Amino acid sequence: MWNEIESAPREELEKIQLRRLQDTCQRVYHLVPFYKKKFDELGIKPADVRSLEDLKRLPFTTKQDLRDHYPFGLFTVPMDQVVRIHSSSGTTGKPTVVGYTKHDMEVWIEVMARTLSMVDVGPGDVVHNAYGYGLFTGGLGFHYGAEKVGAAVVPSSGGFTKRQLLLMKDFGATILACTPSFALHLAEVAKEEGYELKKDFKIRAGFFGAEPASQGLREELKEQWGLIYCEAYGLSEIIGPGVAAGCPYGNLHIFEDHFIPEVIDSETGEVLPDGEEGELVFTTVTKQALPIIRYRTKDVTVLHREPCKCGRTLTVMESVKGRADDMLIVNGVNVFPSQVEHVLTKVEGTTPNYVIVLDKKGVLDKLEVWVEVDDKTFADGIGALEALKARLQQEMLNDLYINVKIKLVEPKTLERSMGKAKRIIDKRDAEGLKK
Amino acid sequence: MIKKYGIKQLSIFLENRKGRLLEVTKALRDASINIRALALAESAEFGILRLVVNNPEKAKSVLSASGFTLREQDVFAVEVPDEPGSFCKVVEILSGADINIDYTYAFVGGGKKAVLIFKVPSERLEDAIKALLDSSMTLVEPVFFYD
Repeated sequence: MWNEIESAPREELEKIQLRRLQDTCQRVYHLVPFYKKKFDELGIKPADVRSLEDLKRLPFTTKQDLRDHYPFGLFTVPMDQVVRIHSSSGTTGKPTVVGYTKHDMEVWIEVMARTLSMVDVGPGDVVHNAYGYGLFTGGLGFHYGAEKVGAAVVPSSGGFTKRQLLLMKDFGATILACTPSFALHLAEVAKEEGYELKKDFKIRAGFFGAEPASQGLREELKEQWGLIYCEAYGLSEIIGPGVAAGCPYGNLHIFEDHFIPEVIDSETGEVLPDGEEGELVFTTVTKQALPIIRYRTKDVTVLHREPCKCGRTLTVMESVKGRADDMLIVNGVNVFPSQVEHVLTKVEGTTPNYVIVLDKKGVLDKLEVWVEVDDKTFADGIGALEALKARLQQEMLNDLYINVKIKLVEPKTLERSMGKAKRIIDKRDAEGLKK
Repeated sequence: MIKKYGIKQLSIFLENRKGRLLEVTKALRDASINIRALALAESAEFGILRLVVNNPEKAKSVLSASGFTLREQDVFAVEVPDEPGSFCKVVEILSGADINIDYTYAFVGGGKKAVLIFKVPSERLEDAIKALLDSSMTLVEPVFFYD
């Protein structure tokens, strides 16, 4: 265990949470006009927060609020204190931006160190990090955490499967960090290349996250690689990976001395008791640059507060069961149908009539967008139509950060139900989809 | 001159899907429309069927009503002797006038004649017709195709 707070008695933990929550409320109320207005509308002053019970009286924050204050409107520090900025793709062109002070980076590295310590990663371990490096928090989050615990990091990022396998074998990687589907893809390619997984590789544990994984997929990864499966849960709005981490007993522990979880009824906003399924909500209580009050993750889960066999007293969340909105996860990247629509509307000459088709190519997700060609868009030339396709694919890559295959189709071939267009066809494993 | 020699061609967008070509041709047959010339361009996923028919207006409304994506295009037709070098000669004239050919197709007519159909960029259509007439080529009037 990296930090003894993880196994502290609940009362002690809650005392720390309350003190930090009170500080955070003071901070956002006095430094962020958005929160002052929200608190005032509800008739709450930071001083009214006297117990953790008062958390439910505080206002929610949504992804839309982050977008409305693009880029730095919700930051509580001047930019000269910000040392890192990350962002995710936006739904209408504008991305969601998150910032970190030096202190926030320390918090992030701390929770990532705790994550890796679930299986005592440390000096002598080689962490093969195949999460994407860049604006996404996945790659760099694991990178800094691994350095903190004293392991050697191989910052391989995504893609180039065969080269990754070569490095994993030759560098003697002991820990694998990537999306579960990529871990399976690596296993399949390794077998094709003639490797014997358990003999040629030394992977003893894996940290898998950024997308949902079915129980079947988990078992397969454990079996094929012979590894301990640790789930990694996080979202950039809260900090990135490191919000919660799976212990070897398979329980996903929330690092709640930094991020206080609640589960609510998505419709009414009422807080639900432990054991009931609802939308996960987080309040950050140690962040400086971008503290967030009651952030609605749209992830659907259940919370439990019994101590775990691993010794941790931290709240356990079940693996995310689905989404309270229409967000899709494609190879670990979040995609909203509205983003696709935005690109189509932007590219001149396309009607917004489209269908998103999600399928598997091997174990990896494949996203196709079928776009109707109408009399207006239809240029009489193969070249012109191919150019339209290429342009749409390029714009999708620019805006959504993913490779989308565009297919031009005739009008009225797209399925419609009750006058409302059916926009999404998900042909992936029913357990692996988020809808 | 476009008015005199321009021929209405219909271009139809088709997904590469089994039976789709049959559906177009059936729709035309059921409306008693006669196809006078045709060409099919194809890519990996879709195709474009280009037709000159005896009644373009009727064909347009029939196909639109059946849900096809289509576009009307002005093309022109040149009648040449059915012998070596005829096609070359027409292309040479257009090339000499610095006119790009978007696409072309042809059919053999009666009496040792062949008819070549050309699509050029619309802003050069007038120039193309003029260049061919200046070189004493025989342009086919629409009435040859239409009823």
